[in-house]
Amino acid sequence: MKLDCKHVWEHISEYIDNTVDAKLRREIELHLEHCEICSAILDSTRNILILTGDGRTFELPVGYSKRLHERLKEEMERSEPEPPVGKPK
Amino acid sequence: MQTTGTNEAGLIARILAGEKELFHDLIRPYERMVYLTLFSIIKNETDAEDGAQEAIINAYRHLASFRGDAKFSTWLTTIAINEGRKRLRKAKGAAEDSIEEETEAHEGDYTPAPLTDWREIPLEALERKELREALRIAVMELPDIYRQVFTLRDLEELNIEETAQALGINPGAVKVRLHRARMMLQKRLVPFLKTTAPARQGFFGRAL
Repeated sequence: MKLDCKHVWEHISEYIDNTVDAKLRREIELHLEHCEICSAILDSTRNILILTGDGRTFELPVGYSKRLHERLKEEMERSEPEPPVGKPK
Repeated sequence: MQTTGTNEAGLIARILAGEKELFHDLIRPYERMVYLTLFSIIKNETDAEDGAQEAIINAYRHLASFRGDAKFSTWLTTIAINEGRKRLRKAKGAAEDSIEEETEAHEGDYTPAPLTDWREIPLEALERKELREALRIAVMELPDIYRQVFTLRDLEELNIEETAQALGINPGAVKVRLHRARMMLQKRLVPFLKTTAPARQGFFGRAL
């Protein structure tokens, strides 16, 4: 079966995550070899995931870690971890 | 990683046995994750930080109820999500509690942007403030259910199962939402990234 572009687009995410089965994977790869558009869509999507996943894109507020550990320290001075009752809310 | 798991189990046992200050070490690798989870729900830096502190303190208090049947990261993420949802409800008022009912209703909004002259943007480009800003805005403007899945899966690198477990949805829904989130980002960001990329002759000119 020959895949059309739309069909490839539907599976791009799973293809990136490597969760498509071997047969579909081969069909997609065959399509990609000949289709500039789908190849560019795949590459651009991957690139966007790399860029958004980089630590510089979503930065923590300055001083976040310091404030967090100070607050934890205060909490620890006040209390022990509770015994296991029920689930945390 | 296996070693992380083993070290973690050991750390948790020691904390519960009384070495409570080791909780600082236990939590350090997950500080960013907890913050991003809160930020993906609340979309406000100050509130996300408050929520992250609260979630981590909650995790400390209730550490004994972590039984090791889930990964510590997933358990912690669940606490962070609950904290975020609680704050969101409070902010919106109880009447408008729609966060859980939202479903995938954005038909047709997830076809990618077709192009042929794509050129990769190197990571060094992230030194530029406008690029980081454009990426952040695009993620923040995703519909809530897509942004939350995208954050857990692609920013925090939880796997499909863990993401499903943390959000209380099934793995199929994670895949669908993730796919749509990624396609929406591609469609939204490609025009911006194309103008950012170093110029190159396309194979077909710029016909598209």
